[in-house]
Parts: sequence; C-alpha cells; structure tokens
Amino acid sequence: MGIVRDTDRGRLLTRRAFVIGAAQAGLFGVLFNRLYNLQVKEGDRYVTLAEENRVSMRVVLPPRGLIIDRKGVILARSDKSFRAVLVPEQTRDVKETLRSLYEMMPFEDWEKKRIQKDLKKNRSFVPVLLRENIDWETLSMLELHTPELPGIVIEAGETRFYPFRESTAHILGYVGAPTEEEAKNDPLLSQPSFRLGKSGVERIYDLDLRGEPGNSHLEVNAFGRPVRELEKHEGKIGHELRLTLDMSLQDFAQKRLTAELSASSVVMDCVDGSVYSIASSPSFDPNQFTYGISKDLWSKLNNDPLVPLINKAVMGLYAPGSTFKTIVALAALEIGISPKTSYFCPGHLDFGNHRFHCWKKGGHGSVDMKKGIYQSCDVFFYHTSQKIGIDKIYEVARVMGLSQKIGIDLPNEKAGLVPNREWKQKNYKEAWQPGETLVASIGQGYMLATPLQLAVATARIASGVAVKPHVMQSVKDVKRAQETFTPLGLKPENLQFVRDAMAAVCKPGGTAAASQIPVAGYEIGGKTGTSQVRRISKAERSKGVIPNEKRPWEERDHALFISFAPVQNPRYVCCVVVEHGGGGSKNAAPIARDLLIEVMKRDPAGALPKPLVMPEGKDPVLPQKNAPATPNSEPDTQLDQDEELIMEDDELTEDPIN
Amino acid sequence: MAYHNALPSDHDLGLHDKLRNMPWGFVFLVILISSFGVTLLYSAGGANWEPWAGKQLFRMIPGLFLMLGLAMVDIRFWFKHSYMIYGVLLALLAAVAIIGHIGMGAQRWINFGGLFVLQPSEHMKVALALALAHYFHNLSYEEIGNPLRLLIPAGMVLLPVGLILIQPNLGTATLTALFSATVFFLAGVRWWVFASIGVGVPFVAMAAWNHLHAYQKARLTTFLDPEKDPLGAGYNIIQSKIALGSGGLFGKGFGMGTQSQLNFLPEKHTDFIFVVLAEEMGLIGAALLLMLFFILIVYGYVISLHSRHQFGRLLGLGLTTTMFLYLLTNVAMVTGLIPVVGIPLPLISYGGSVMLAFYIACGLLLSIAIHKDASFGRNNLD
Repeated sequence: MGIVRDTDRGRLLTRRAFVIGAAQAGLFGVLFNRLYNLQVKEGDRYVTLAEENRVSMRVVLPPRGLIIDRKGVILARSDKSFRAVLVPEQTRDVKETLRSLYEMMPFEDWEKKRIQKDLKKNRSFVPVLLRENIDWETLSMLELHTPELPGIVIEAGETRFYPFRESTAHILGYVGAPTEEEAKNDPLLSQPSFRLGKSGVERIYDLDLRGEPGNSHLEVNAFGRPVRELEKHEGKIGHELRLTLDMSLQDFAQKRLTAELSASSVVMDCVDGSVYSIASSPSFDPNQFTYGISKDLWSKLNNDPLVPLINKAVMGLYAPGSTFKTIVALAALEIGISPKTSYFCPGHLDFGNHRFHCWKKGGHGSVDMKKGIYQSCDVFFYHTSQKIGIDKIYEVARVMGLSQKIGIDLPNEKAGLVPNREWKQKNYKEAWQPGETLVASIGQGYMLATPLQLAVATARIASGVAVKPHVMQSVKDVKRAQETFTPLGLKPENLQFVRDAMAAVCKPGGTAAASQIPVAGYEIGGKTGTSQVRRISKAERSKGVIPNEKRPWEERDHALFISFAPVQNPRYVCCVVVEHGGGGSKNAAPIARDLLIEVMKRDPAGALPKPLVMPEGKDPVLPQKNAPATPNSEPDTQLDQDEELIMEDDELTEDPIN
Repeated sequence: MAYHNALPSDHDLGLHDKLRNMPWGFVFLVILISSFGVTLLYSAGGANWEPWAGKQLFRMIPGLFLMLGLAMVDIRFWFKHSYMIYGVLLALLAAVAIIGHIGMGAQRWINFGGLFVLQPSEHMKVALALALAHYFHNLSYEEIGNPLRLLIPAGMVLLPVGLILIQPNLGTATLTALFSATVFFLAGVRWWVFASIGVGVPFVAMAAWNHLHAYQKARLTTFLDPEKDPLGAGYNIIQSKIALGSGGLFGKGFGMGTQSQLNFLPEKHTDFIFVVLAEEMGLIGAALLLMLFFILIVYGYVISLHSRHQFGRLLGLGLTTTMFLYLLTNVAMVTGLIPVVGIPLPLISYGGSVMLAFYIACGLLLSIAIHKDASFGRNNLD
C-alpha cells in the first residue's frame, strides 16, 4: 500500500516537475528575449547613451596671443593659473555639490549669488566659474575631495599680465569676462575662462589675439572626473600682435607726463604713420582688472576728476588754440594770399561791435605771415581769416585730418569739430557771424580736436601726404595690405613755408625758442597753443588778467604744442596737450622737446643718419616719482564742460591770450 | 552529464562508491560558473585581483571543498536533522530581527567577532527546503489533500518569511515564499489551494503596499518609469540598461566596458555583476552564462527526479528552484523587467554568505545524487 501511494506521489511529482520545468524554461526564454531586445535590437540607442555618458567634450581655450612692441618687448602675456569650475551636468545634484563645497571653502554671499545666477543662465554642460586663481592649498584640497564634489573640475587657464602696467594701459586696454550680451549665442564666449578684449588694442585686435579654440574628448567616470583623454584637437594659439610702439619711449613718455596733473602726448612717424608712443596721464594698472576689480577701486577710478580710464590722446577734445594757425596759414597760401602780406598789430582789432585782443598787450607791430606764426600774432590771423572765409579754413582743416575720425586702430576715437557755415545753420539755426571766423582763426570758439588729430595734422604738414596713424605693425601669420598715403593736394611750397615758419617758432624770437634741441641736424619745428577754458571779463581785463599760476587749476588754460623733427628732413612728429597747464610754450613745448630727443635717440624709423646723442648733462630728466598734488577744487576736467565753457563764451574773442 | 544510476541501493555506501556515484559533471559546472564569476569580478575591479576577485577566489576554494564534503554526508543525516537545522536558522533569524530592532536599522546579518558574517536569511532557504521536504516526505497523497495538514508547513514558511520581511528584505522574502509555493505544488498540494491564494494575493498586496518602506515604494514606482527620476532612484536601472544595450552582440571586450569600468554601473560587483558580463562580452557572453545555468538547473532536475525517495526529490527540486529563482530575479532585475530588489546572482556575485549558501545547496544536491537509492524505512511514510 505504502509503495503504491508512494508511487502515486512520485508520478504526481514528476508530472508537476515537468510543469514547473516547462515554466522555468519559458522564463529562460523571456530573459534571453529581453537581452536580445536590449543588446541587439535597441543596441544602437544604448551605444549612443553610453558614449554620451562616458565622453565629456571640453572646449580647450587657446592661449591668447602675445602683444609685443616693435622691438619684441613683451607688453602683454598670458600666465598659467588655476580655477575651479562646476559642470552642472556632471553632478548628481548641483545643490548637494555646492553645499559640500561651501562647507569646505568659505564663499562670500555675492560669490554665491553670482554662481546661482550663472547656473540659471547657462545650459548644463557649460562650466560655471566658482573661483578664479585658486592657490595650491585650495587646489590640493579640492583634488583630495573630488569624490564628495562630483562635477567640480579644476581647469588650468591663463591670466593676462601687463608687465608695464600704467605705461601701456591706454593702448593695450585690458581683457575681461564677456558680458551676458556679448556671450549670447556664442558657446565659446560662455566658457568661464574666456576673456574678451575690453578696450585698447586688446579689443580692436581681439579676433586675432583670440586664436581658435580646440576641444578635448575626455573619458569621465560617473563623478565627472576625467579618467583619460581620448582625443584632443589643439586650438590655435592667438596671433602675436606686434605694435609700432617703442616701449622704452612709451615708458619715458608716460613717466614724463607725470610732471603734470593731467596730460597726453602722441609721438608718431610722419611718413608711414607708425605711432611710437601714445601717453595719457594719469593712468591705471590694467592688471587690477584681470582678477575682477573691487567695487571701491572701480568707483575711485571712475569718479576721478582726472579721468585715468580715458585715453586723452584719442578721446580728449580740446580747442586747438594757436596750433590751428598753421592750418589757417596754409588755407591763406592755398587761395593765393602772399606770405609777404603784412598787417599792423596794435594789440587788438576792432571788428563790428567787438574788440578782438591779441595775446600781446602792446601789440606786435608790423606782422607778416611768418612772424604771425612764430610770434603767434592773433591780429594777423584776424585779418587774414576774413579774406579766407570759414568754409575754406574748414576745407583745409579737413584735408589735415581734423573734424573727422582719423581711423586709428584704437577704440572710441573722437571726431572733434571744425565749424563751417553749413554746420552752424544746421546746429544753431543761425547764420555764421563774420566775427566767428576771427575766433576760429586762432583755434577757439566751436573748434575741438584731439591730441592725436593735431599730431596727424602736423605729420601731414611735415610730409605732405595724408598720413594715417596706426599702432599695429604686424599680426604674425596674417598678411595685410600695406597702406600707401595719397598726397594732400596742397602746393609743396606752401607746406614748406609753414614748416619754415614752424622752425622759426623754435628759434630765437619764436614762442618756443627755449625748447629747441641744441644739436645741429636735430632741430625741431613746432607751434605753441594755449586754449582758454574760461571767460575773461572786461572788469578783470581792466584790472589786468590774472596770470595762470594764480588762478585755480581748473581755470587755467590748456597748454598745447605740436612739433616735428628734424626740421630739414622731418620724420618724427610730437603733440603734447597739458590740461590746464598754462601756456603752450612754457608747459607743453618742453615735454614735446624731451619726447623728440628721446625718439631721435632711438630713431625707431631708422631715418636719421645716426641717432641723436645729447651733449653731456643735457639728456631729458624724468620728474620725481611723486606725482603732483591733485587739484584741491571741484572736479571740472570733464571735457564736455570745457566744450561748453568755450562754446558759450561769446565774449571770448576779446580775450585770447597767447 | 553522465549520470550513474546503475549502482545497487545500499544503506552504507563506501567512500569509493560515493565518489563513483558523484555526478562530476555537476561539480564541473559549479566550478565553471564560479570561475566565470571570479573572472567577472577581476574585470569589475579594473582588471585587478583587488578588491574583489582575489577574495572571491579564496572563498571559492574552501566553498567547493565544503560542497564536496557535504555531498559525502548520508542524505538520511540531513533528513534526521532537518527540523533542528530549521530551528537554529529560525532562531538566528529572530536574533537578527531583535538586534536589528535594537540597532534601529536594516539588519540582515550577524557578525561573529568581525571574522565571519552570517546572513541567516540566505541560509534559511536551505533549511526551509530541508524542513518542507521532510514534512511532505512523511505525508501520503491523501493526507496532502487535507488542508489541515498544510497548516504546519504554512507556518514553517510564514515565520521566516515574516522575519525576513521585517528586516526589511522584500526581495528575499518574496523568493522564499515563491520557492516554498513550488515545493508545496510539487508535493502534491491541490490546485484549488493555489487558486484561492491567487485570488487572495491582490488584497494582501494592497494591504502590504501601505506598509512598505518609502524606499521600497520608490523602487516600485521608478520601476514603472525609471526615466522620470534619472539621477535619483531610476539612475541605477538606466545605467544598467545603457550598459547592457551598449554591449551589443559581441560586447566591448573584457575589461573594456565603459559603463562598468567608469563606475556608471552601481553595485557592479554584487547585484549588477551580470551587466558587467553583458557589457563586456555582449549577448554572446550573457547567453553563454544563461546556458550554463540552464544546464545546471536541468542537471538539478535530473538528479532530483532520479532520487528514489520523496525527501530527495522535494529537496532537490526545491534547491534547484531556489537557484533558478535567484537567477531569474537577478537577471530580470538588471534588465529592467522587475524592480531592483537586491537579489544577487548565484555563484557569481561577490559576497561570502550568499556564496556559502549556494555551495551548501549544491552539496545537498550532490548528496541526493549519491544517495538516490537510500532507504528511509516504511514507518516514516505512514
């Protein structure tokens, strides 16, 4: 019985075991089918996903190109630095990573806010900058804690450094992170380490200096930590930019200008347009911008009445004053007025209802054109300008490069202004007054020019061709058409006459005789200018005009000097403008003379038979380190205000002084 | 696969007979699968014996000897002591629950002085198989038809399942219940019992849902749509599927699995070890391992059905089913067919306690094969 029952159980068990076994075999089939679907049928999709998982593409920023001077001195270079960035897509949880980071490293509130903002703004594969220029200690700490900080990546980057600091700030400009607007639609610019030229040649030649970004395909693990590099396409290093600048001259100029509170200068080549130096004082240290400038320093620089951030040589507008007489003389000669024509100067000219004063109270006596220039007689030009007419003066001024943007390769160049009838009608809805021509003839009134424009005008007088200034000499590996300058279309003898008159300015009897270079063959020619920034009332004039030195700084006249050298075979041109410097002959000419000495000592154009050697003890001396005291009065150096002062002064014509 | 069934039945087989009776094909399969596992752990460790493959190998060798040693033990010894073994394991399970309660955390193992970690829930399956096989061995077909007779074995199942559930270890509890149901079914429990349980389960499941831990609920919900939470709960299974899918037909090559080697794959040395294989050796490799397991399980069936006693049949089929259920659950889990429940791949996944449990199970299967003709005596049947 037991056996039978046992056999029943056994048969049942065998039957049921086959049921279970069949079910298990079926389930094996299900597993295999699942694997087949995943691995073969949908395999391609998952291959892509695995690749996306594994490979992280990083933009490799190329080093920014060097900027060097004409001799190869490095003016701007890129130094290695490290920064910590966060790649949101490589974190498991951005907030978690940040929380851990903030526990390890102190962050200011504003930094946290910025990081939050950047996280919102950018797509998740764009790294967000956490901190720039981290030191070794922080670096190793972050590396050590990588597992707790998924998504945090240390990037080696570069920091722009300007070894000459203040001396090149205005020309080179500086680099900074692109603004939101600039970075729009350009993933390259969204890279946290990307730096964009913000001003100066850094901005103008940004695309050349930038180079081409490469990319690197990194194999990353689940924490976003790179395991190895799969592929790397090196970017192209930015092109090396060679400037026409002579750095030692530039440095000298910048330091020489510190003798004055606020001044600017241009030294250029009148044949090929190379700018050897552009200085504007006071200046700033562009390296401070690289690390992100502090709010305090920024507002200090921004609110400084001496506008250190502005390149005054290119952006500063001044009434050209008597320097403009060279152009009026040219206009006179061009319409056929004989240089022998002379007028008597009693110290003033009565015209209409007004009395127009000459700067010399007693008058110059009999004055011809040459004396009119070297003695800077206002009365001579009052007479002559009536014959020329404002439109012809305007025409010649335009030929000389005034009242227009010259087209130098620096940003924010100002156009300046030389008035004419049409302009007056258009802007003031009034007819041009004959008396205004008199004011214009001595470079006052509506007239405004930048120091660069005055330098260009001087260069054109000196060379007879339409020279255009430039600071870029060459961009390595980039060919650019050589610029040739067309003749001005003025009679060569007329230009020669003006040059001779300017030479006389720096000879005994001339207004700048004291600033001559006393070495034969290296003499200079020039023209002084003093532009008035305030009105002299009749009452004041009757009591005697207060000398510049006794007036508050901001009421003093601007001092100007344009010059070229050597007189026999001009090559170098220099223009100096000293804001509120007093007189052109006294304050601007000595600086110009020093700059011309220095440029001829170096002879960057190689145009001189041999470089200038100054007699023992006659070399220019740089001013003491201590900068002059800042003006003790309200800020006024706003150039616009100067403009207004001059423009609104309808009685100004009574009081030109030079 | 040669199976020796020609030997005479004898109460006391000599060592020589036992060795001759030993299904060496089965032993070879176990060694093959275990070595497969060590190889995979070597790859998962970045082509290195550290940190897993070396240790696994050092456990594998004594484990195999233990298996062979257990095979030599007379099957009637296991029959005699099955309730006692069950009782010890149940006590240990209860101890774990109590320690876990005191420790205020999920507790699944007992640590013997840091030298040896015992996970009673893993060994409970073997003990339960012994106890159930013993119980049903003593019941006639008619007696099994009596529902009252099922109360004791139901209790034997529900006690450990309950203790495992409160650990909490949903996966192991479910598998234990499923395997027990299979043994019930094989023992001859009537269809209607299973039918009424099938009706009752949905209600129990609904009640259970409300008692699930949040992480278990999360596992179940992300299972339905893991892409919904790609960085959170769904991360594991998505990465696992990517690894499997990108392996393709031939795989990326041994040690070349990007998902495994770059740590995208979670738990690659334990629950997800199968994925390392499928990524690096493709469908071919995965199918090969499945095939080896299939043969092993068929072998288990053959051994069990050749046993002349009900105890051996039920125990053998129970253990084989356990092995199958583990394999099924693990592979289904990593391929996204079912929720991630933390079930390791038998003989392959890293971990001493689980490995030991499977070697013991294999040892018992071998013992059944060797002692297939053992006589239990009549009085035990009635």
